[in-house]
Amino acid sequence: MIIEPRESVSLLRASLAPVWAILASLIICAVLIAWAGASIPTAYMLLFKGAFGSSFAIKETLTRSIPLIFTGLAVSVAFRAKFYNIGAEGQLYAGALAATFFGTGLITLPPYLMIPFLILMGALAGGALLLVPVLLKTHLKVDEVVTTLLLNFIVLLVVSYLIEGPWKDPMSLGWPQAASIIDEGVLPTLLAKGRLHFGFIVAIVMALLVWLMMRYTVQGYEIRSVGYNARAAEFSGINVNKTVVMTAMISGGLAGIAGVSETAGLKGYLTLDLSPGFGYTGIAVAMLAQLNPLAVIPAAIFLSAVYVGSDAMSRAVNIPTYIADVLVGVSVLAVLCSVMFSQYKVRWKA
Amino acid sequence: MSELFDILLTAGFWAATIRIVSPLIFGTLGELICERAGVLNLGIEGIMTVGAMSGWMWVYQGGGLWGGVLFAAFVGATFGLLHAIFTVHLGLSQHVTGIGITLFASSLSYFVYRMLLPDATTPPKIVPFQSIEIPWLSDLPIIGEALFSQSALTYLALLTVPLVWYVLFRTPVGLAVRMSGENPVAVEAQGINVLAIRTGAVMVGSALMAIGGAFITMSWFDAFYFGMINGRGWICVALVIFASWQPGKALLGALLFAGLEAMQVRAQISVGSFIPYQFFLMLPYVMSIVAMIIIARKTKYPQALLVPFRRGERV
Repeated sequence: MIIEPRESVSLLRASLAPVWAILASLIICAVLIAWAGASIPTAYMLLFKGAFGSSFAIKETLTRSIPLIFTGLAVSVAFRAKFYNIGAEGQLYAGALAATFFGTGLITLPPYLMIPFLILMGALAGGALLLVPVLLKTHLKVDEVVTTLLLNFIVLLVVSYLIEGPWKDPMSLGWPQAASIIDEGVLPTLLAKGRLHFGFIVAIVMALLVWLMMRYTVQGYEIRSVGYNARAAEFSGINVNKTVVMTAMISGGLAGIAGVSETAGLKGYLTLDLSPGFGYTGIAVAMLAQLNPLAVIPAAIFLSAVYVGSDAMSRAVNIPTYIADVLVGVSVLAVLCSVMFSQYKVRWKA
Repeated sequence: MSELFDILLTAGFWAATIRIVSPLIFGTLGELICERAGVLNLGIEGIMTVGAMSGWMWVYQGGGLWGGVLFAAFVGATFGLLHAIFTVHLGLSQHVTGIGITLFASSLSYFVYRMLLPDATTPPKIVPFQSIEIPWLSDLPIIGEALFSQSALTYLALLTVPLVWYVLFRTPVGLAVRMSGENPVAVEAQGINVLAIRTGAVMVGSALMAIGGAFITMSWFDAFYFGMINGRGWICVALVIFASWQPGKALLGALLFAGLEAMQVRAQISVGSFIPYQFFLMLPYVMSIVAMIIIARKTKYPQALLVPFRRGERV
């Protein structure tokens, strides 16, 4: 078997790659649906209806996509520079901690200042958390994958300590949760009914900004150069270490905003189940988007639809909800494959 | 402080250390074999989860304990093969594939567990491996209980260390594995198929990781819980670096960690009233990062780690 690069990759072929990956993932998960004894078309119909079947469902799907857009952006910026930040989960909680620290009464500002302030603090907290792994990488060559992964567990334990100890809300009837974000800091809801909140607009704007930065600014060019070939970038005068640190700050910041948005927009207060793995799902979002910041939006909405829809589906036809997580995992592998086959061709004989 | 010192003199502490170290040994050696061949396997967390579930499920469905271990190893090797097809044969990103395997393998474990046991509210139990007292030796003070009164899987873990060392450093196969991770072109020049060697190494390594997971549900505990691997796989990845890819040092590193964990459980009881338990639980993760910092300047990565090999392509 010989794998060789295609001479040219048409735009159509490149943009179809994630579509093939999604189809392949749906087919693989169909095996599990059949095993559960449900009819495959019915199950997928229920999934689709659960995610998009009513205006309430659509709003719910968009609401769930907000943290995924942020973590997806965080991962795509970092992976673009080949900086493997697997710690978006931890950075999300760091952002949530910052929102809780500043947003529960420490500072009171009018909403038009309070909300940007909380977002900024969350971004700084997420970036600060990633500062540890990135400096260890640039200065001591410590692998960032393991350090970012381990920090996820550490941050979660810090959150657990704070909301069971010093930050525990005395009004919470014994539940481990922090005090509520003050009214000035709560992100307003966008539509009359449903939970869709201002975080969605922030997410879309961020995706646009990141896209513009990656495409049209010197910093974006440097990030891409370091990712393509760090040695060549170094030779052409780019400060690679500085670029990697900057990439990490942007990435950690974006993931931190996800935490602010979930705390101040959706839940209203910090709990330990704020994120059911949005940081890890962000990797799947970024891969499906092929690291393109604008494509992160539809990719996040798609995976959010899978989660929201599979809740409805599993209730109706009795399939474990873990089917959604399986689909996310399979889609990461499938998109790797499909992108490769869009860029390379396979010859079976020499 | 003297209380902590007293803990070191109890047989219970050493017995717990040896029990806790067993899954770390399997996982670390499994990762070490993969990386020696040039393939980073971040699927480890998921492969340990799927090993824990499948070994336990085999026994729960009426199979024997050793059959369960073999089944876990087989399932682990299958996920290893998947990882190898992606990273070795297709040359795709080892980082992303590994994370994908972890997401896939752990969610599939939970899915299968829920499919087979839809109504289980409290996790059902199996009869796990029992400890085997080795005559005479198990009567020795402290080390008797720690080393010679453990389950068969723990003995297997301890035996795997010299076995892996011997195969890697004293056999032609081991040489080919190590060379595939250092200079694959030279291996190919010898007429040895690098892709086959790497595939085999990843499969064997993944089988070991899965046995490490199975140890947790079949010898340490007797049930399968959600999130039970809880970062142990990632700690194994850190331990491989800490051990500079040497099986002997991997055992020492794993022992250090296991000792720390056994210590923190006991220390919680004596000083737990001053220090919240979360800080004890943080210790293994913090220690892993500290260990990597200490060793960072001296590490000599396998030269071809993360580099896919394509025949006929110039490096």
